[in-house]
Amino acid sequence: MALESLDVRRRSASETRAPDIRSRQEVAKLIDISRCIGCKACQAACMEWNDLREEVGATAGAYDNPADLTASSWTVMRFFEEELPERGLQWLIVKDGCLHCSDPGCLKACPAPGAIVQLSNGIVDFQQEACIGCGYCQAGCPFDVPRYSPKDDKAYKCTLCSDRVAVGLEPACIKTCPTQALSFGAKEDMRALADERVGELKERGYGQAQVYDPSGVGGTHVLYVMPHGDPALYRKPRDPSISPLVALWRSTFARTLGAVTMGAVFLAGFFHWMKVGPVDPDARPEGGEEKRS
Amino acid sequence: MSVTPPRHGHAFAAERPPDALQRYSEASRLTHWAVALAYVLLFCSGLALFHPFFFWLSGLFGSAALMRVLHPFIGVALAVLFFAYASRLWRENLLLPSDRRWLRGMLGYMTGRDELRVEGKYNAGQKLMYWSMIGFVAGLLATGLLLWRPYVAPAIPVDGRRLAAVLHAVFAFVMFVGIGVHVYAALWTRGSMRAMTQGWVTRRWARYHHPGWYERETAGEPPPDRRESA
Ligand code: SF4
Ligand code: SF4
Repeated sequence: MALESLDVRRRSASETRAPDIRSRQEVAKLIDISRCIGCKACQAACMEWNDLREEVGATAGAYDNPADLTASSWTVMRFFEEELPERGLQWLIVKDGCLHCSDPGCLKACPAPGAIVQLSNGIVDFQQEACIGCGYCQAGCPFDVPRYSPKDDKAYKCTLCSDRVAVGLEPACIKTCPTQALSFGAKEDMRALADERVGELKERGYGQAQVYDPSGVGGTHVLYVMPHGDPALYRKPRDPSISPLVALWRSTFARTLGAVTMGAVFLAGFFHWMKVGPVDPDARPEGGEEKRS
Repeated sequence: MSVTPPRHGHAFAAERPPDALQRYSEASRLTHWAVALAYVLLFCSGLALFHPFFFWLSGLFGSAALMRVLHPFIGVALAVLFFAYASRLWRENLLLPSDRRWLRGMLGYMTGRDELRVEGKYNAGQKLMYWSMIGFVAGLLATGLLLWRPYVAPAIPVDGRRLAAVLHAVFAFVMFVGIGVHVYAALWTRGSMRAMTQGWVTRRWARYHHPGWYERETAGEPPPDRRESA
């Protein structure tokens, strides 16, 4: 997997195509919600490996801590209590973070060349040295993931431990998970494993269980096994896709139309001048300027 | 026999003729050019953010990150200056019945045939430009504010920011077309640039382009034959 981790497949704000002659091995992380105990070991491991420290905050009376993703908390456990018709009170624990979309809205929206790259193994990585802090990635992301650091005004999010993956290691969260709720490997394998787990869940009576790999963003490189099926229960969009507004605004069509409009203004002026020339009453014969139709 | 006064009569950089008319005050000119400068900076930085082909323009600002920080500040500066400037001109830009006639004959004017009589200080084309610029500057200011990081954007729902970004880009391009026409018209009608750089116009320029204004400016002066011989 090492080579794929170094090749860039897509680069923000870049028109030319990235090299893609080699077939690529895509990776994925599988988050099996049915096995997660909410111990937050993955959250701690993420901070350890990435050398991040969260500010000490106050709890809001829930287990969520911190309460939201931040520039230094790239993954956060979210705890939802749900009263389900057939099962009564259920505690849903969702490890939140970047889903590493195949068609990333963040990358599409970013105006800074190379501030967001997609590696050929599917990892979407932010390059903070090229980031200009405009916030467009937030407008582009259908999952509300990128966060800003007030310290450097740059966007941060989960890298899927691209640095570890590049040297053949699994992401830090995977390494530390005590219940095998997290797995990492080739996307195909993870998809197969997820389907298998869903089969097991269905046998155990979770008839609605399903895999979350939304096709609206071309599939993701973070898969969820959702025991109760409906993504909305886990606060994930049912049918995520890049907002049509973002798609329009950052489309080649709009960019080209804009550039052509500008070119047309210059050309129109140039040719009008060549045909009509300037109007100069001072150069007219004396009295000629009073002539009116 | 060949080299005679007519050429010198309208030599372009000539010093102000004694009978020139003042068209723009010093304060108007300085504000106008401050707005123009802000516009150029905004346009270059906005374009760099809009299309990767123009990203190199960010080099004019030192770095792209700095450009991103400066763009909204310059935008607010432009809006403040522009509205200060425009608020003094609205009365002269009210559309009159004669403007409708002028607009109907505009094509003839544009192709170099004669212009229809203009009553006001500004012709109908200039007036429409004035009102559309009021609209576009307001639209760009409003949508730009919604996108302003870190001050405003975090408080705006994401769909609001998406819509604002699209509208901001659309307004910017339509405004570019407007500014393009404005600049071109100024170059095309010889003497207009000088009016905006030095403030004055010749009497013939005023009689030709803005006869109504000319008559009001010169009302009460001694008849032309006596003035010219003086
Ligand atoms: S989840 Fe959001 S931040 Fe992550 S790759 Fe997709 S669009 Fe980008
Ligand atoms: S803030 Fe986001 S969209 Fe803007 S340059 Fe940085 S990564 Fe790109």
